[in-house]
Amino acid sequence: MHFDKMNRRGFLTSTAALGAGLAMPTIFTSASRAQEYCNMPTGDTVVFGFNVPQTGAYADEGADELRAYELAVKHLNGEGDGGLLNTFTSKALKGSGVLGKKVAFVTGDTQTKSDAARDSAKRMIEKEGAIMITGGSSSGVAVAVQGLCNEMGIIFMAGLTHSNDTTGKDKKRYGFRHFFNAYMSGQALGPVLAEEYGTDRRAYHLTADYTWGWTQEESIINATEKLGWETVSAVRTPLGAGDFSQYITPVLNSGADVLILNHYGKDMVNSLTQAVQFGLRDKQVNGKDFQVVVPLFSRLMAQGAGKNIEGILGTTNWNWSLQDDASQAFVKSFGEEYGFPPSQAAHTCYVQTLLYADACERAGTFAAPEVIKALEGFEFDGMGNGPTLYRAEDHQCFKKALVVRGNDDKQSEYDLLKVVKEVDREALTYDASIFGGDLGPNEGKSC
Amino acid sequence: MDAIIIQILNGLDKGAAYALIALGLTLVFGTLGVVNFAHGALFMLGAFCAVSFNALLTWPIQPPKAEGQLFAPKAIPFMEHQFGELGAAIVNWSVPLSILIAIPVMLLIGLIMERGLIRHFYKRPHADQILVTFGMAIVLQEIVKKIFGANPIPQSAPEMFNGTADIAAWLGMSDAFIVYPWWRLIYFVFAAVVIGAVFAFLNFTTYGMVVRAGMRDRETVGLLGIDIEKRFTVVFGIAAVVAGLAGVMYTPILPPDYHIGMEFLVLSFVVVVVGGMGSLSGAVLAGFVLGILQSFASMNEVKSIFPGIDQIIIYLIAVIILLTMPRGLMGRAGVMED
Repeated sequence: MHFDKMNRRGFLTSTAALGAGLAMPTIFTSASRAQEYCNMPTGDTVVFGFNVPQTGAYADEGADELRAYELAVKHLNGEGDGGLLNTFTSKALKGSGVLGKKVAFVTGDTQTKSDAARDSAKRMIEKEGAIMITGGSSSGVAVAVQGLCNEMGIIFMAGLTHSNDTTGKDKKRYGFRHFFNAYMSGQALGPVLAEEYGTDRRAYHLTADYTWGWTQEESIINATEKLGWETVSAVRTPLGAGDFSQYITPVLNSGADVLILNHYGKDMVNSLTQAVQFGLRDKQVNGKDFQVVVPLFSRLMAQGAGKNIEGILGTTNWNWSLQDDASQAFVKSFGEEYGFPPSQAAHTCYVQTLLYADACERAGTFAAPEVIKALEGFEFDGMGNGPTLYRAEDHQCFKKALVVRGNDDKQSEYDLLKVVKEVDREALTYDASIFGGDLGPNEGKSC
Repeated sequence: MDAIIIQILNGLDKGAAYALIALGLTLVFGTLGVVNFAHGALFMLGAFCAVSFNALLTWPIQPPKAEGQLFAPKAIPFMEHQFGELGAAIVNWSVPLSILIAIPVMLLIGLIMERGLIRHFYKRPHADQILVTFGMAIVLQEIVKKIFGANPIPQSAPEMFNGTADIAAWLGMSDAFIVYPWWRLIYFVFAAVVIGAVFAFLNFTTYGMVVRAGMRDRETVGLLGIDIEKRFTVVFGIAAVVAGLAGVMYTPILPPDYHIGMEFLVLSFVVVVVGGMGSLSGAVLAGFVLGILQSFASMNEVKSIFPGIDQIIIYLIAVIILLTMPRGLMGRAGVMED
């Protein structure tokens, strides 16, 4: 280079090129890439946000979810026995964190209230850098937090939410559900009800008056009426009514011979206890033994209902008594860590964490649009529910569901539910359009 | 007709619980002039006396784990392990037996609460009293949640009371189907006995007469050389026992959790206001009236005409009564009117 020959034009060209050259590396630095999407991890850790009910009516369920999340983080970071990483068919995760970063976590308390849950999720995203939010024990909360995460460009891996709306009319591009839904409960339970109680039955529904209760009532009515059952009445009860006697006594003289309790948690414990007290299970109507059905069961609820749950049919997403290798691996990991078996809430939360981490690993990035693509249409096995599909159209998992009965021959204090039937995913699959909704576009967002 | 009789029974049963709690609230308000928002927590503590007693009787004796077994097998309850059938019978009767534990425990809790905290708020505005007692209720709730967890803990009535009574046969209605759970009928009778005992104590004993005199005119009773404060402390203890016993006996009806007191508290305040502040008989009357109306409002026939009426009926009646009878059903002049 001959500097003595440089003219004005050459000087400008050279300095512009030099400036561009000097600026070039910063385009690829993590600081500038952080602008591309929300909470891109810059250090050697990536932060997950676990949003569970730590206070309020579902605090025990939330505590079990949190235990499962902590166990999942341990396994992702290579501690413990690896749990379901050993049985999961995708082998992208190696127990060395996710994309070379150790997993850290922050927690929030949903209080099982939509506002509180949104506040805690927002705090974890804005202040604590959570790249993904997961958790919850209620459909109201799931729908609210899913909406928030969708606005902020953060993936939401739903915990325990059973309403059809979560992946139906309220589905969002950034929201994913592993747990089954009310429609699947109806499809799974229907044939067993017909087999056990016949096709000539008259059903009376008591339904919790909120999104989950409505969709469950609708799904069970559809499933049972297809069998030939008649619906005598469907009565909405306020959430947390406590004393259900005034709703149960009209059942006595209604001509119904089946009571279907579309209640969950404390409401289910109370309504079932009181239905038994009013002698419904000892009653004969229309020449048949009166029956009580609880379409959605959980082991933690069964504990609360005590002896009253014995012999009652319902459905569950997963149960610790399953004998497949994956379920047993998870029960062993969880049992050795905490001294008791995991609940279905713990199982779905653990699986959701691993599925998210695996999707990041397969996508090669934490950028949400790529992770969403990796999750959509993902087929896997080895998580405890047999071959499973994360359907692209609505972000709902399709897998086996269980019909269970309250156990009257317990071998341990946790042996509360007996699996009656494992229903294959083909019987539970439906057209994604029947519940409406729109996922929205898969576009990157910055928070 | 069947449905109407059943709803009357439901209303009496509900009313019995409202009346028992409202009775204690009114007693404390009438004697000490304190608006006690921790009264629901006393109901909850009573319920947990039953839970604790049962937990002690059924303390798990864990058989050893077999080799390769991940979780311990089903535990044997302590009493059954130690005393066989006799132990099992005692466990079966644990709810009624826990009354014997609940009386001294609740009396002690009541005395400590009054001496330790509430007496310092006698001369403070009602707003301060509400804040401090509500705060105390939350503290008590959280302690119970920490110890017993958030889930309801079911308690069984003695086996012989598990079924239902054939009310239709009692009424000679052979073609009707009217049954009602034995334990709920027992709860109603129990509430009537406790309410009767409190009224008898206040009306037919010298101690009660002095308390009533103190409720009317504290200063004059003091001038007669009677330590009315001490007697009021005992009255607070009695109110705590009444709330506690209501809680103990309610456990087989509603599996108790840490929040059970709050569920009754708001309704019981409405009952007190409708009955008339400071009126014991008003509280009992209002408890039963509102209980029965709430039950009728829940009938499908009523709800088909007025949807959602079951959710608001109590508050609607309260508004109507307060508009037409500002002192409530049996309120006395001068109470909370300053």
